[in-house]
Amino acid sequence: MLKVEGINVYYDAIHAVRQVSLDVDDGEIVTLIGANGAGKSTILRTISGLLRSGAGNIYFMNESIRAMPPHKIVERGLAQVPEGRRIFLRMTVEDNLEMGAYTQKSDGIRGDLERVYTLFPRLKERRKQVAGTLSGGEQQMLAMGRGLMSRPKLLMLDEPSMGLAPILVEQIFSTITEMNREGTTILLVEQNAQMALSIAAKAYVLETGRVAMQGDARELAVNEDVKKAYLGH
Amino acid sequence: MLAALLRFNFLGGLYMSFLSHLISGVSLGSIYAIIALGYTMVYGIAKMLNFAHGDVIMVGAYVCFFAVSRYDMPVIPSVLLAVAACTALGVFIERLAYKPLRSAPSLAVLITAIGMSYFLQNSAQLLWTSNPKVFSSVVGNGSVKFFDGRLSISYNVIVTVLACIIIMSVLTWFTGRTKMGKAMRACSEDKDAAQLMGINVNATISMTFAIGSALAAVAGVLLCSVYPTLMPTTGSMPGIKAFTAAVFGGIGSIPGALLGGTLLGVIEIFAKAYISTQLSDAIVFLVLIIVLLVKPAGLLGKQVQEKV
Repeated sequence: MLKVEGINVYYDAIHAVRQVSLDVDDGEIVTLIGANGAGKSTILRTISGLLRSGAGNIYFMNESIRAMPPHKIVERGLAQVPEGRRIFLRMTVEDNLEMGAYTQKSDGIRGDLERVYTLFPRLKERRKQVAGTLSGGEQQMLAMGRGLMSRPKLLMLDEPSMGLAPILVEQIFSTITEMNREGTTILLVEQNAQMALSIAAKAYVLETGRVAMQGDARELAVNEDVKKAYLGH
Repeated sequence: MLAALLRFNFLGGLYMSFLSHLISGVSLGSIYAIIALGYTMVYGIAKMLNFAHGDVIMVGAYVCFFAVSRYDMPVIPSVLLAVAACTALGVFIERLAYKPLRSAPSLAVLITAIGMSYFLQNSAQLLWTSNPKVFSSVVGNGSVKFFDGRLSISYNVIVTVLACIIIMSVLTWFTGRTKMGKAMRACSEDKDAAQLMGINVNATISMTFAIGSALAAVAGVLLCSVYPTLMPTTGSMPGIKAFTAAVFGGIGSIPGALLGGTLLGVIEIFAKAYISTQLSDAIVFLVLIIVLLVKPAGLLGKQVQEKV
């Protein structure tokens, strides 16, 4: 479904992503783990078209999206829930969700809203509220719901558990598996490697901008090097 | 009895003149507000001060002037022509001068905007000379009389205030209720996030310039209907005042532009009437400085606390 081939991304003189290739197949949960600054978010931003790769190529559903503007990529069915949630704080919960459906025809939006409200009942209670007044956990739910509103075939999630209490983290991860069960392919970037590996089929371990290891998520979860570096035991 | 009547008349006269100053203040303020909307919307979305905005007003007034006086076009098509010309001009300026600088430092964009302002003024001088043209009001010079003729309100004032109310209502509806308007707010809040929603940010910025410039044309026609001297520099001072009004009300805020513009107009007219004609501009800017010292974000400036 998504094929990234040897991309290179620079921030001014800093070589942030080096020769990264990855594959996401239809229906999978794939995770990208690694320390802070390893280049995980940069990769997602490049796939979404917010940053440009100096080399290589990116294919989504067999079409090259490397030079496509971000809004066209969303239209193709590739959405991203960005790091730090980035919801529109001055707009209401429902307006935020409506913006998520920007690429959709208006007749389908009601049904999609109901789907998101079923997934996150809290959002329904607060739908007329300005998003800036939500708690951190609710904001993350809103960001994820907003991401779903574009009916993505592939949804990329950047650090959805960041800054959340453990109980909320559990909830966010179970929602991710539920979204996946309902047919959305997931590319998950996480610092919480343990959780990410527990729900993913395949994983890539990133170190200073390169793929250091890759493979079956369950195998990586018991790999000694990964355990030492990312799982804290 | 006679004395009481005289005193009543004297006070009544004071009251009437106060009322009439207030009305012309609101009318001038409405023009500032319409111009300020252009500044504030463009700032909100492109985070830049479009100093050429004032000169777009001047171009709008010239287009309307020539349509009416040289080509004998009726008023409404002339105004529409001015609106169309300014819309095209605004979008063109953005494409040509600002879009290539989207990721440049804000100082570079600011200098470009100032350069664009002078470019427009000098082009106007070349095309239309610096000889003042006498603009005749698009609504005629009549007025409506109240209180046995002691208070008269000109058609100009009525049309100006009405235009401002209509524009504000339409814009409030547009940004609050329509998908495109909401997308505009989304872009102004977070451009990257807006792009991730599938919003075409470049198109949205173009649209904002188009709306702002169309409003500038309306403002130009209204302004010259009240102050009929039309020169290449006509737009510059009202542009700066309207920019002040936008900052005064809270730049980026549409209701702020209305409030700032109206207050600025009223303060200016009152200062002219009761304090000093020469000092009126100084007083206007003094009020601005005081407001910004007390409330740096402007009267309705937004400061949303971000949660982590």
